[in-house]
Amino acid sequence: MILPLYGYELISDAQGLLVALVLGFGFGWFLERAGFGSARLLTAQFYLYDMSVLKVMFTAIVTAAVGLWAFSAVGWLDLSLAYLTPTSIGAQLFGGLLLGAGFIIGGYCPGTSVTAAATGSGDGFLFLGGFVSGLLLYAVAFSGLELWANANSLGPLTLPQVFGVPYGVLVLALVAMAALMFAGAEWAERRFSGMRPR
Amino acid sequence: MSALTSPAITRADGRFLAGGDRHMNPYLAGFGLGLVLLASFLIMGRGLGATAASGSVVAWLVGLVAPDWAATNPGLKGYYAEPPWINWTFYLIVGAFIGSLASALLARRVRWRIERGPQLGVPARLALAFAGGAVAAVGAKLAKGCTSGQALTGGSQLNAGSWIFMLAVFAGAYALAWFVRKEWR
Repeated sequence: MILPLYGYELISDAQGLLVALVLGFGFGWFLERAGFGSARLLTAQFYLYDMSVLKVMFTAIVTAAVGLWAFSAVGWLDLSLAYLTPTSIGAQLFGGLLLGAGFIIGGYCPGTSVTAAATGSGDGFLFLGGFVSGLLLYAVAFSGLELWANANSLGPLTLPQVFGVPYGVLVLALVAMAALMFAGAEWAERRFSGMRPR
Repeated sequence: MSALTSPAITRADGRFLAGGDRHMNPYLAGFGLGLVLLASFLIMGRGLGATAASGSVVAWLVGLVAPDWAATNPGLKGYYAEPPWINWTFYLIVGAFIGSLASALLARRVRWRIERGPQLGVPARLALAFAGGAVAAVGAKLAKGCTSGQALTGGSQLNAGSWIFMLAVFAGAYALAWFVRKEWR
């Protein structure tokens, strides 16, 4: 096993920062290619006439999930060296609801607001400004929530552990679920095409 | 500079972005994004993220005026330990900014704009963009990640908390969509 390279100390911290620049370029590139610098395209997801957000997100998730499974199954990747954000059910439920609210009110999520700002969107810049201010607001007013979230943390937890199902089986289930969702998305776009602004 | 002067029009294919070429097929763009995410795992042992980049900048700025507070506040101290110039996610987001700009230049989509529906004024749209960003920040901080760091990254790792987060994001946005429909349509 030699992957992840950084975990096996095959690349240095400084090289890692260079890798981040290159990966970031690809990240921004594909977000922009998909049209995700546009608030109206992104929010169209929630009026059902353009499901690009769901299609891009779940294709990316499935691609990476299958890749992670395959690389670890053949013994090239040590998944235990990949960082897994700890699960804290209440915090992630409540935090997710707030992020969804911020998304539909502001038009972006943090990553796509960078894409919007980079391509000349004034509202993208304002969203970023609001995001930075919100982090400061959190530090000033909501630090208690952070302590609550950490106190209720279940630690790193994966769905195969929760359901007691083998990893590969769950990856297969994910692929099947995504295929169903894509079919649903195509149907929804046809059904709600009249909602599209002219 | 044709890139900066492309007209603000609705495209013939029905997309409502200003000018520029067609978007990439969403499944193809998602596949590309997934390969970038996978490469990040294989090389660095971590996925993509966006929140920590802003957090690092905020904590560094706060640290200029109140270093003791930045170093002990539960919402800042993690970021304060890694100022932007050594923060991995900061470099990722600088790269994302450049990559987005490069892609948009190539597609002739770079244009100064305030995106909004026809029934909403510019000041209201900017206020809502700012407010939305602030609400999203509180959510992302609480959930330890955003659409990138939780939904994409944790989603592909089959991280239990990330899937809870992802469902909650969609639930929150769908629940409010009707109330803010005039902002977009």
